[in-house]
Amino acid sequence: MKKVVTYLVAFFVATTVDWGIPHLMPGNPVEIYLSRFNISSNTQYVALQKTISESFGVNVPLWQQYLDFWKGVLHWNFGISFYETAPVTHIIAQAIPYTLALLVPAILLSYFLGNRIGAMAARRKVLDNVVLPIGYVFQAAPYAWLALLLAYVFAVRLRWFPPSLGSNPGIAVGWSWSFILSALHHWVLPFLSVFLVSFGGWSIGMRNLVIYELETDYARYLRSLGASQRLVRRYAYRNAVLPQLSGLALALGVVVGGNIVTEVVFQYPGLGHLIFLAITNEDYFLLQGIFMFIIIGVLLANFVIDIAYVVIDPRTRLSMTGATA
Amino acid sequence: MSVRVEDLKIYYTTLRGEVKAVDGVTFSIGDGEIMGLAGESGCGKSTLGNGLVFLEGRMRHAGGHVQLDGQPLPIGDSRAMEAFRLRQVSIIPQYAMSALNPTRKIGRMTADLLKSRGVDYRKVLEEFKRRVRLVGLPEDVLDRYPFELSGGMRQRATMVISTLLNPSLLIGDEVTSALDVSTQRAVGEMLMEFRDRGYVKSTVVITHDLSILAQIADSILVMYAGKLAEKAGTATIVNNPLHPYTQQLLASLPEVGLRYDEAPLLGIPGRPPSLLDPPKGCRFRERCPFAFDKCVEEPPFVELRPGHEVACWKALQEAQVPGGPMVAQEAAR
Ligand SMILES: Nc1ncnc2c1ncn2[C@@H]1O[C@H](COP(=O)(O)OP(=O)(O)OP(=O)(O)O)[C@@H](O)[C@H]1O
Ligand code: SF4
Ligand SMILES: [Mg+2]
Repeated sequence: MKKVVTYLVAFFVATTVDWGIPHLMPGNPVEIYLSRFNISSNTQYVALQKTISESFGVNVPLWQQYLDFWKGVLHWNFGISFYETAPVTHIIAQAIPYTLALLVPAILLSYFLGNRIGAMAARRKVLDNVVLPIGYVFQAAPYAWLALLLAYVFAVRLRWFPPSLGSNPGIAVGWSWSFILSALHHWVLPFLSVFLVSFGGWSIGMRNLVIYELETDYARYLRSLGASQRLVRRYAYRNAVLPQLSGLALALGVVVGGNIVTEVVFQYPGLGHLIFLAITNEDYFLLQGIFMFIIIGVLLANFVIDIAYVVIDPRTRLSMTGATA
Repeated sequence: MSVRVEDLKIYYTTLRGEVKAVDGVTFSIGDGEIMGLAGESGCGKSTLGNGLVFLEGRMRHAGGHVQLDGQPLPIGDSRAMEAFRLRQVSIIPQYAMSALNPTRKIGRMTADLLKSRGVDYRKVLEEFKRRVRLVGLPEDVLDRYPFELSGGMRQRATMVISTLLNPSLLIGDEVTSALDVSTQRAVGEMLMEFRDRGYVKSTVVITHDLSILAQIADSILVMYAGKLAEKAGTATIVNNPLHPYTQQLLASLPEVGLRYDEAPLLGIPGRPPSLLDPPKGCRFRERCPFAFDKCVEEPPFVELRPGHEVACWKALQEAQVPGGPMVAQEAAR
């Protein structure tokens, strides 16, 4: 199918760009790495430079480096992070559970509640007058601002929740009750800040879509033929959900990138925080690895949207068969 | 008379004031009658047609009443109207091409609609299929989505759905406008067929296309700027119009086509007046070549000859000259 080729090309291009990033950035990774150590003697420096170049794989011609990178991608090996001195995949694997636990519930819950409330607001004036302003405030609120506000009120003032980190550092990470409770306790505030912002977005989006659908010709026709309000609303809701659904898939697709701002504000050890650390520490391999993750996540999500749409929206089915026929 | 409309007024509420799109119209339609409704764009044809079925958002029932089969039709009360829609009054809307929910198969949508009206879809399914075939569509359109059909097919599907429960009054708003000439003819004939088979009792055909009306309409009602200008049998309107507006409407048509369009008419300079603040007196006055001092008063809509009603001072005076056409007594008052 044409689509599959498109995805393969996109993957190829994105991966190449990902490989190219460190080469375009100022500075030489080897130099940067070496500058972290205090090396006095010149011979020592040159020797070290050679070993490091070899271990980074930058002692070979560019095309060889490029092929090596692809080999790494296919073997799920992105080298060593020089800031943590651990395999990049290993560091990423540690951050992923935090990001998923934070973002997936926040997105799904805000999606379902936002759609419900938004659709209700579209037809009840009173509710609309409440939902609309609140929704706009949340939607427009910068993550950082809202996160800081939550941290200030609930952590600093009320002391209900801890202001930062993913769990109590005194408790070993693992499947113990004390760890799970501590992680949950740390999870609440970052969760809320992500939830509220995306809830605002979903509910306003849904409200506007439903209002639009209720004004369309088919809704008017149904009313002219005496269809019940219930039927008209059901159709409007069904049709309004379609664009929301692709928004949801996209939101879930970029989940693998974490939520940088929220995670940084709360020092929550997810992928967003990791990106922040990788950038501030100029840890190119780590950054490359994370971007690879994001690329795969976004492409997969888009693929799933495409398939879901074909199943759900009959109109795309026609254009698909029309395109391949 | 199966439909009686008396002094009906339907206004749009807008930020700039009330648009008096239908401003006191009186007429009746007999059983089995197909009445054409003609007039330039913006004269209030659709407003009148929609108003008899469904007053949406900004439309307001500002006066007058409607009777259907001897019973009052509560057009201003949308709740009460629900029971009448589809069963007694129905419409093929001007936007018929986009009137079907794009994400539902046509059969499924119809089933949903009928279910919400308390009708068992399975009981009418056979009849539904028969009528689908009657309008020249394959039966399997019921299993298709609207976007899989051409505009003309959608239009015909809408026609069948709107009339499925045999309403007493059907409004067909521009049912032929977007079609090519041969299809227009076919759709016109279907309307007659529907009437002959008793699927509908009275039909109002709103159109820009007088040639279609000449073929299918029993009578023609001409509207101008929210008011009635003239009503008579089709042959009388086409051959012997009395209102200057009707005369010019006909004169401006190319010989063959009998068709006028949304663009300003060649034969009639100027445009219809704004209905936000319509002029006093005869609303056609500014564009009428015969206008005289009497025309600052509003002309009454009266029967000048049997079955021929006109709202024009000039026509009225000519009717009163001795030896002229029959004098309408109440008009002389
Ligand atoms: N939703 C609305 N709000 C305000 N004014 C409206 C609205 N719809 C129509 N009008 C006005 O009402 C008048 C009559 O409109 P209507 O659609 O009934 O005309 P029409 O005779 O059907 O024209 P056409 O031949 O173009 O369909 C016009 O002057 C128009 O500007
Ligand atoms: S009443 Fe006067 S202005 Fe109006 S159409 Fe007749 S002659 Fe013309
Ligand atoms: Mg119209």
